[in-house]
Amino acid sequence: MKTEAKASKAMLAEQFRSFIDPEFVITDDETLKPYECDGLAMYRELPMMVVLPDTVAHVQRVMRICHEHSVPVVARGAGTGLCAGAMPHKEGVVLSLAKFNHILEIDPVGRTARLQPGVRNLAISEEAAQHGLYYGPDPSSQIACTIGGNVAENSGGVHCLKYGLTVHNILSVEIITAEGDRVTVGSDGLDGCGMDLLALLTGSEGLLGVVTEVKVKLLPKPEVAQVIMAGFDSIEKAGDAVGAVISHGIIPGGLEMMDGHAILAADDFCGAGYPRDAKALLLCEVDGTEEEVHEHIAEAEGVFRKLGATSIRTSQSEDERALLWKGRKSAFPAVGRISPDYYCMDGTIPRRHLARVLLEMETMSKQFGLRVANVFHAGDGNLHPLILFDANVPGEFDRAEAFGSAILELCVAVGGCITGEHGVGVEKIRQMAVQFNDEELQQFHDVKVAFDPTGILNPGKGVPTLKFCQEYRSIEHKQHKHEQADAAHG
Amino acid sequence: MADQIQAIQEQVLQARSEGHKLNILGGGSKAFMGRNADPAAGTLSLAEHTGVVEYHPVELVLTVRAGTPLTEIEAVLAEHGQCLHFEPPHISETSTIGGTLACNLSGPSRPWAGSVRDQVLGVRLLNGKGEHLRFGGQVMKNVAGYDVSRLQAGAMGTLGVITEISLKVMPRPAATITLVREMAMDEVVDYMNRRAAEPKPITGACWVDGKVYLRLAGARSAVEATADKWGGDVVADGDTFWRQVQDLQHGFFDDQSTPLWRFSVGSTANMPALDGPWMIDWIGSQRWYRGEASISDLEPLARAAGGQVSLFRGGDRNGEVMHSQPEALKTIQRRVKNSFDPDGIFNPGRLYSWL
Repeated sequence: MKTEAKASKAMLAEQFRSFIDPEFVITDDETLKPYECDGLAMYRELPMMVVLPDTVAHVQRVMRICHEHSVPVVARGAGTGLCAGAMPHKEGVVLSLAKFNHILEIDPVGRTARLQPGVRNLAISEEAAQHGLYYGPDPSSQIACTIGGNVAENSGGVHCLKYGLTVHNILSVEIITAEGDRVTVGSDGLDGCGMDLLALLTGSEGLLGVVTEVKVKLLPKPEVAQVIMAGFDSIEKAGDAVGAVISHGIIPGGLEMMDGHAILAADDFCGAGYPRDAKALLLCEVDGTEEEVHEHIAEAEGVFRKLGATSIRTSQSEDERALLWKGRKSAFPAVGRISPDYYCMDGTIPRRHLARVLLEMETMSKQFGLRVANVFHAGDGNLHPLILFDANVPGEFDRAEAFGSAILELCVAVGGCITGEHGVGVEKIRQMAVQFNDEELQQFHDVKVAFDPTGILNPGKGVPTLKFCQEYRSIEHKQHKHEQADAAHG
Repeated sequence: MADQIQAIQEQVLQARSEGHKLNILGGGSKAFMGRNADPAAGTLSLAEHTGVVEYHPVELVLTVRAGTPLTEIEAVLAEHGQCLHFEPPHISETSTIGGTLACNLSGPSRPWAGSVRDQVLGVRLLNGKGEHLRFGGQVMKNVAGYDVSRLQAGAMGTLGVITEISLKVMPRPAATITLVREMAMDEVVDYMNRRAAEPKPITGACWVDGKVYLRLAGARSAVEATADKWGGDVVADGDTFWRQVQDLQHGFFDDQSTPLWRFSVGSTANMPALDGPWMIDWIGSQRWYRGEASISDLEPLARAAGGQVSLFRGGDRNGEVMHSQPEALKTIQRRVKNSFDPDGIFNPGRLYSWL
């Protein structure tokens, strides 16, 4: 495959230019440069070429040609992903879906939207707003990320506990298969006959097919939303408060937690009026009808008070609600201000282990000599530790990576997983060997072959080879332990 | 309460080495579904593989063995004011959670609460090589590896033996009110969809016998305020109505001699031009039809309504009972089947003749 692909660059470009505007078949290094990475910029690779077709028929032709010549294909939306899932293959084609940015149809009565894959997540809700509707999943990159990428990653956001992930909010996708077939998976119905290939495709990171159209469900916009901000003097108390609200039968629309480091950084950044002496902060948003919100807010305030909240503030206006959320929503750039670089992790844990996990993370922070700030989708157990480092200091990124790796392994050890919503991509491919055994990984490979017999779709991502895993589990793993020990003694 | 995994695994390995097939059986309540079981195949029973493995009410997560009856699970959840939000049909008292997932069955709350497939967080699965594998997990957000857990929903056991399931559970609503009013079939689809587009605590919309039933559930104040606003008669024993719809015990399902068809279509689609008794559930997305017909005649009608049709009960179960698949998806599903069950041991021909 290697030599064949190398030899055929000019020939491939010529073939693509016969039906795609030549300007959008990119082969020169300078113009290829912006495509060398996604949102996780530490991982970079220049592709052989980038193509930007503008009809589905052309996408299909690209796939057929690549299939015929066994050329790797990496599909790309907005490139906001955080796991290097859209990092190019150096002997492959980046298939950009950027030109497919049209909302094809909104059905206000049936509450659905038919979309091209390059439509931005936020644009769906903006367009649906005139009908009193919105699209549920709201990843933090929603201003830029596209629905095609959301399907590939099964994106979540802050409202997952109540409104679900991408997989819960789509009806059908049209894909081009690795062999170049154009086929719709799912329907306008809520389920279909046969295997649930729609679920299998969602979150498959571009390894099973290229999404060319998506039909999503829309939700009626809640009448009212109010947020309670509650400060606590310990992580344990805040964690208990989360459990207590849920045990009360209240499912908040959003339920977020920040630790002391994140509180200070966010408050400095945007003056949200967070309690600066708190060790943990909860943002608990309740949405629904006026009556329901009124009832549940009063109950939740009571729960927080009873569990020792050191401060409680409930939004009384939309402006105040926006202000309280602003700190949380800008937590990443806020942390970016107190450190030259940060590395965002994405493990999920059963919530009952929160205090233990954060405590162990503090210990690791000392061992690795790097600070860590935590923002946490508390409702669904999805942790986003932000490891602070300076890429200009030799060895710091390696240490940050080793620290991150140790955090993910800890998540698995307490019964959680290595990625809640960012995906595996290249970044977490090593930790797959910690979460799955060889038989399970082999089953994943066998599923991949069912969709992509020649392995041209996003090769090298998502699922590690068994050989790689065995090496990681033995040699590399030991090495990490040594690094950890060295860092502790250093 | 018993872990039978060793015995089940031995039976699979034996079938593999001796080259025979296995029909997977839970409580046996859904034996009428799918195509007729292969009479030459042996039976692999999960009826003894029961029990709650882990339950953390505060986490909203439950892990159970696949042979556990729904009634047993619901009793455990009720102690903590929680429920299976997708309202699984109890076809009979023996219906199990494993069979519910394999058949992807959910009740009237499905458009709002999601289906059993939506609530699955992880499974343990015995594949055709006798390997006991673990996919997904016990947390709500998990994108590591392909979503093999949800792939099982509707696969009718053709990919392996589901042995353990982790599910998201939810609090039971504090209050419920059911409203009813008379309405003609040609008006009801639009009516239900318009109600569902309002931001109100609705969790059921079903039409049968010339009447439309709407269920409101949630905080008491919200449910009462919405009932006042929408109007209609309050059904005194609304829960019984929804229970009957959920369990397919409503009078509509009494006639078991005429074939029962299930249309899974777009919620706003026009009614297929078929005379006969209809029940419309799920805001219009699930439509039950009783009548003599052939699946090849009904498929174009389902397709025109944006969806699919299946022969749910009765009729010719030696022929296909599921909506046909396009060639490309047929090829992929054959290969997926082969990847899990290379010797074709499990539930041969149960889903499609070619699987």
